[in-house]
Amino acid sequence: MTTNTAKVNKTPSLNEPKAKKKSPLLRILFDYIKMHHVAFIVSVICIFFSIVGNIAAPVILGSVTTELGNATKNGLATLTPEQIEDLHNMIQTNAFILIACYVCSIIGNFAYSQVTAIAGQEYMNDLRRHLFSHMEDLPIRYFDRNDKGDIMSVYINDVDTVRQLIIQSLNTIMICGLTFLSVFVLMAISSIYLTLIVLLGGIVMIIAVRHVGGHSSRNFIAQQKMIGKQEGFVEEMMIGLKVIKSFCHEEESKRDFDKINAELQDVGTKANSYANILMPILGNIGNILYVIVAVVGAVLNINNVYNPSAIAPTITIGIIVSFLPMVRQFTNTASEIANQVNSIAMAVGGTARVCAMLDEPKEVDDGYVTLVRAKYDDKGNIVECPEKESTIWAWKHPHSATHEITYTLLQGDIRMFDVDFAYNPDKIVLHHISLYAKPGQKVAFVGATGAGKTTITNLINRFYDIADGKVRYDGININKIRKKDLRRSLGMVLQDTNLFSGTIMDNIRYGKLDATDEECKAAAKLANADSFIERLPKGYDTYITNDGGNLSQGQRQLLSIARAAVNNAPVLILDEATSSIDTRTEKIVTEGMDNLMKGRTVFVIAHRLSTIQNSDVIMVLDHGTIIERGTHDELIAKKGTYYQLYTGAFELE
Amino acid sequence: MKKKKVPKEEKVGYLQIAKELSKCVRQYKTPSILSIVFIGLETLFECLIPFVMAQLINTLTKYDESGVNSNELLTTVLLYGGILLAMAVCSFACGLFAGRVSAKASVGFATNLRQDLFYKISAFSFTNIDKFSVSSLVTRQTTDITYIQLCYMLLIRIAMRSPLMLIFSVVMAAVMAPSMAWIYALLIPILAVIFLFLIVKAVPIFTRVFDRYDELNESVEENVRGIRVVKTYTREDFEKKKFFKASDDMRDQFVVGERLLALTNPFLTFFMYVSMLFIVWFGSYLVLDPNSSIEVGQISALITYGAQILSSLMMLSMVFVMIAMSTACLRRVYEVLVEQPTIHNPENPVKEVKDGSIVFDHVSFKYRPDAEKFALSDVNLTIHPGETIGIIGGTGSSKSTLVNLISRFYDVSEGKVLVGGVDVRNYDIETLRQNVSMVLQKNVLFSGTIKENLRWGNKNATDEEIKEACHIAQADTFVESFPKKYDSPILQGGTNVSGGQKQRLCIARAILKKPKVLIMDDSTSAVDTKTDAFIREGLKSSLPGTTKIIIAQRVSSVQEADKILVMDDGKIVNMGTHEELLRSSPIYKEIYDLQNRVGGEQK
Repeated sequence: MTTNTAKVNKTPSLNEPKAKKKSPLLRILFDYIKMHHVAFIVSVICIFFSIVGNIAAPVILGSVTTELGNATKNGLATLTPEQIEDLHNMIQTNAFILIACYVCSIIGNFAYSQVTAIAGQEYMNDLRRHLFSHMEDLPIRYFDRNDKGDIMSVYINDVDTVRQLIIQSLNTIMICGLTFLSVFVLMAISSIYLTLIVLLGGIVMIIAVRHVGGHSSRNFIAQQKMIGKQEGFVEEMMIGLKVIKSFCHEEESKRDFDKINAELQDVGTKANSYANILMPILGNIGNILYVIVAVVGAVLNINNVYNPSAIAPTITIGIIVSFLPMVRQFTNTASEIANQVNSIAMAVGGTARVCAMLDEPKEVDDGYVTLVRAKYDDKGNIVECPEKESTIWAWKHPHSATHEITYTLLQGDIRMFDVDFAYNPDKIVLHHISLYAKPGQKVAFVGATGAGKTTITNLINRFYDIADGKVRYDGININKIRKKDLRRSLGMVLQDTNLFSGTIMDNIRYGKLDATDEECKAAAKLANADSFIERLPKGYDTYITNDGGNLSQGQRQLLSIARAAVNNAPVLILDEATSSIDTRTEKIVTEGMDNLMKGRTVFVIAHRLSTIQNSDVIMVLDHGTIIERGTHDELIAKKGTYYQLYTGAFELE
Repeated sequence: MKKKKVPKEEKVGYLQIAKELSKCVRQYKTPSILSIVFIGLETLFECLIPFVMAQLINTLTKYDESGVNSNELLTTVLLYGGILLAMAVCSFACGLFAGRVSAKASVGFATNLRQDLFYKISAFSFTNIDKFSVSSLVTRQTTDITYIQLCYMLLIRIAMRSPLMLIFSVVMAAVMAPSMAWIYALLIPILAVIFLFLIVKAVPIFTRVFDRYDELNESVEENVRGIRVVKTYTREDFEKKKFFKASDDMRDQFVVGERLLALTNPFLTFFMYVSMLFIVWFGSYLVLDPNSSIEVGQISALITYGAQILSSLMMLSMVFVMIAMSTACLRRVYEVLVEQPTIHNPENPVKEVKDGSIVFDHVSFKYRPDAEKFALSDVNLTIHPGETIGIIGGTGSSKSTLVNLISRFYDVSEGKVLVGGVDVRNYDIETLRQNVSMVLQKNVLFSGTIKENLRWGNKNATDEEIKEACHIAQADTFVESFPKKYDSPILQGGTNVSGGQKQRLCIARAILKKPKVLIMDDSTSAVDTKTDAFIREGLKSSLPGTTKIIIAQRVSSVQEADKILVMDDGKIVNMGTHEELLRSSPIYKEIYDLQNRVGGEQK
C-alpha cells in the first residue's frame, strides 16, 4: 500500500551527463589502481618479469636449435671433439640463461597472481562496502524510483562483472598486451614486410571479432531479455501455483511455458553458436596467416627482395624460421584478448550501473538541532546531562546569530501549516494540509488508497521534504532538526513489516540497541507477542530468515509493534499496524497498544474504523486534501463521507 | 580423478544427480554426440597442425643459406602450406559445426530440463508446494539451470577437448621422441596430484564463500526492502557495521580461496619450464650423442606438445572446479526433479460428483507426518447440498485447512472426507476440483485480459456467462466502467485493480465453474459490507443448489448462514445458527460484540 502511493515514474538519473565525462569502466579501473597502486605497480612489474620467460625462452630455444641444427647438418661424424665440447658449453650456457629467465618468470608469475588475488578481493570488499554504505545514505525517493530487483542486481550481477574485470580480464589483457607488444617489436625487427602481412591478418581478426562477436553479444542481450521474460512468467506461475491447481489449469500453463521456453531456446542457441565459433574462426585465421607468411617469406627469399630490417638485408631462411613461431604467438595472444571481449562488454554495462548507484546524491541533512538527554535544574531550567541522571529528552538548539544555545522539552507537539507536497513537481499529491497534534493526542487518517495518508506521515519523519508550507515539531521547524535525531524521536510501525535475519530477540532489540533481554521481553508482552514467541521451539532465540517467512503476517506485525515499544519514542506512527491481526487478537493488542500510546502523540492509519474510533481527531482524506475532520461522534453526526464509510456504503481500497 | 572428488559428507552422489539430469538430454543426444565427435576431430587437427608446422620449419632449416634451390624451396613451402591450409579448413569446418551442435545440444538440454522442472512442479500437490518457497522455485528454474547449461556445454566441449588434447599430445610426443617423452609420464601425475590437491582445498572454501555471498546479498535485500525501518530507527550505521563485518569476513575467505587457485598458473608454468629445460638440455645432449636418433626438429615439436599437454591439464582442472562449484545448483534442481507428488489420481477414478453434500468423518490432519500437533483433530461434520455454511475463528484456528481438504489439496491423515457421498480420494482430481470451486485466501490474478482471467473457470464460457458471473460477484459495474471493459488488461499480480475488485473478480472466476460446492476463504475481506451482502444475496438466488462455504473475519458475512462453525485450535468448538451461537458460544459472542460495539467492523 505504502509503495503504491510512493511509486513515482522512473525518471532518468540527473547525473547522466556527469557520468558521461569518463567511462564508468575506466572510472572503476582507475579507482582500483588508485586505491591499490602499490599492488598494481608490483603486479605490473611482476607481469613484466613473468612474460620474460614467455618471450625470451623461444628466442633462446630457437638459437640453440638453429645452432645445433647447423652444426649437425652434415652428421655428427664430421664434428671434432672440440666442436662437440664447444656445443656442450653453448648448450650449458644457454640452459643457465634459460634457468635464470624461468626463475624470473616463475617468481613474477607467482607474485602477480598472489598480489592480484589479494588486491582484487580487497578492492571488491571496498567496492561492496562503498556501495552498501552509500546506499544506506540514499533518500527514500531512490528506493521508490528503483525496483528492488534492479538494486539487488547491482550487488549480485554487476559487482560480479567488476570482479571478472579486475581479477581476470585486467591481468590477461596486461599479459597479452605486453606479449603482443614484444612479439610485435621482435617481428618488426626481423622483417617489416612480413610484419605488415601479420598486421593485415590482425585487422581481419578484428573484423571477425566485431562481426561474430557483435552477433553473439546481440543475441546474448536478447537471451538476457528472454530470461527476464521467462523469469517473470515462472514467478507469476509459482506465486499462483495453488490457484493453478484449484482451477486444474496445469495444461494451459504448461503450454504457455513451452512457448516461452522455445523462444528462449531459439535465442540461446544462436547466442551460444556465435560465441562458440569465434575461437575456431580466430584460430584458423591464425593458421592461414601462418601459411601466407611462410609462402610470402619463401617468395621474398627466392627473389632476394630487400628486407628493411635491423638484422639482415634480405629475408633469410633463418628469419622465416624464427618469424613463423612468432606469428603463432601473435595470433594466439590475439585470440586470448578476443576471449575477454564478452567479459569486458559485460563489465561496461556492470560498471555503468555500479557507478550510477554511487553517483546518486545522498540524503541531505543540514539540520543542526539535536536531541539530547536532559534534566531540570534547581531553577526549573532544562540542562543537558549524562544519560544516567537524565529525566527528559530535549532539543538542543544552537542559534548561530546570537551564539546562544536553547533547550526545548521534547513533547511530541506536531503542527503542519498549509503543506503542499509532490513526488513529481508536476503532480501535487497533498494540498494545503494543516493539522496539529498536541502532545499525547491520537490523530487518525482515513481515506482510500492513494489519498495521501502515508505521505503525510512520511513528511513528519522527513522521508520526503515538503514543497510548500511549514512543519513544526515542538515549535521547531523540522528542517532545522538533524534527521537522525528527528527520527529517533519517532516510532513507526508499518503495514509491511520488515524483519531482519537474526533471532526474535535481535529483531525486537532493533528498536533500542542497548535494551536488555528483560526490556525486550516486556515490550513483547506489551504487544501481546510473547505468547506466540514462547510457543516457538526456541522462544526468543528463534532465528528469523527470509523476512520472517516462517511467521504469519499477524505474528510479524506483533513483532514490529514490540520493536516500536522497546524504542519508546514520544511520537508514534502506526500505518496499518494491525491490518493482518484478527479481531480477537487485535483487541488484546489494542490493550497493550493503549498502554504504549499513553502520553504519546500518535498518528494512526487504519482500514478498520474500529481501531481509530477513540482518536482525538480523525482526518478524512481524499485525493490529498483533508475533506473532513473531527472526533468520531462529530463526524457521525455530520453524516458526510466518514459516516458513509462507517456504515459500509463505501469501499475502502 | 572424478570419483575422488566427491566429498564424503554429501548425501546425494554426483552419479545419482548426473543420472537424473541426463534423462533430459533426450532428442539432443545426437547433437551432443556429434559435438563430442567434431570437437574430437577439431582437436585432432589442432594437434596435427603444429606437427606439420614443425615439419615445415624442420625442412626449411635443412636448406642452407648458400645453396638454396629456389624451386625446391617454393615447392616445399607450397606443399606444407597446402597441407596446412587444408587442415585449417577442416579444423575450421569442424570447429564451426561443433560450435553449432554443442550450442544446440546444451541449450536444448537446458530447455528440456526447464520443461521437466516446470512440468514436475505443475504436478506438485499443496504439500509439495509448501516444502519450497516461491523464490527458491523461481531460482531453480532460472539461474540454476543457466548455470547447469554452462556446465553441460563445458562438459561436451572442454571436458572432451582437454583429455583428447592430452592423449593426442602424449601419443605424438611418444611417437616423435620416445627417449624423451617419458619426462611427461613423470610430470603429468605430479601436476595432476597438485591440481587435485588445490581443487580439493579450494572448492569447499568457494562453496562456503558463495554461501556467504548469498547471505550477504540477502542482507542487502533486507535493507532494500526494509529501508524505511532502517531509517526510522536510524540504524544506518548499525547496518553498515553489520554489513562491513560480513563483507570483510567474506573477503578473508575469498582471499584464501583465490590465492589457492592463483597457485595453479605458477605451478603449471613451473612444470612447463621444467619440461622445456629438460628437453632442451637433455635433448641437445642426445642430439650430440651418436648413439641416439634424436634430431633438432623433434626438440621443438616436443616442446609444443608439452605446452599442450600441460595446458589441457589446467583446462581440465578448471572444468572440475566449475562443476564442483555448481554442485549447489545441481543439487537444488535435482531435489525438485526427484520430489514425488503426494497426491495422485486414483486408478479407477469417479468422474462425476453427484451433489454438493460434504461429510467429514473423524478427520484429523497434520501438515507433515512428523509434525507434533494435528492441525485438525477429529472433525465430524455433515453438510447438505445447497446449504450455506459460515466458518469463523481466529488466525491459526485451521479454518483454511479444513476447506482445503474438501478439494483434496491435502490428503487427510486420519478419517475421510466425502463429497457427494464419495471419498474425495476416489475422484478424478480434475472432476473434483471442477465441482468444488475454491476462492483461495491468497488471491491471484494473472497477466492477461479480464476475460482471459475469468475463463480460467470455464474455457468455453460465453460472454453472457462471463457477464452473469461478474454480476453475481458484483464485479460487472466496475469492469464495465473500464474503457476496454472485459478486455481490459490485468497486470502481473493484478496490481492495477484494487484489493476489493480483485476479490470480486476471483469470485466471478470461481462461479464460472458452475460448481456443486463453492468455497470462499476470506474472499470478501476488502469488499465493503454492502457489496458483500449483495454478493451473498446473488449467490443465494443464482446458485441455489450449490453448497456454499464462507470463511470470514466479519460476523456480518456469515450471520445469515444455515450453519456457522466456530473454530479454535484445529477443532470445531461450536456449531449452529447465528442466534444459537450468540447464546451458546462465548467466542462467537465475543467476536460479535467486538464488531458490533463499534457498529460493524469496516475493512
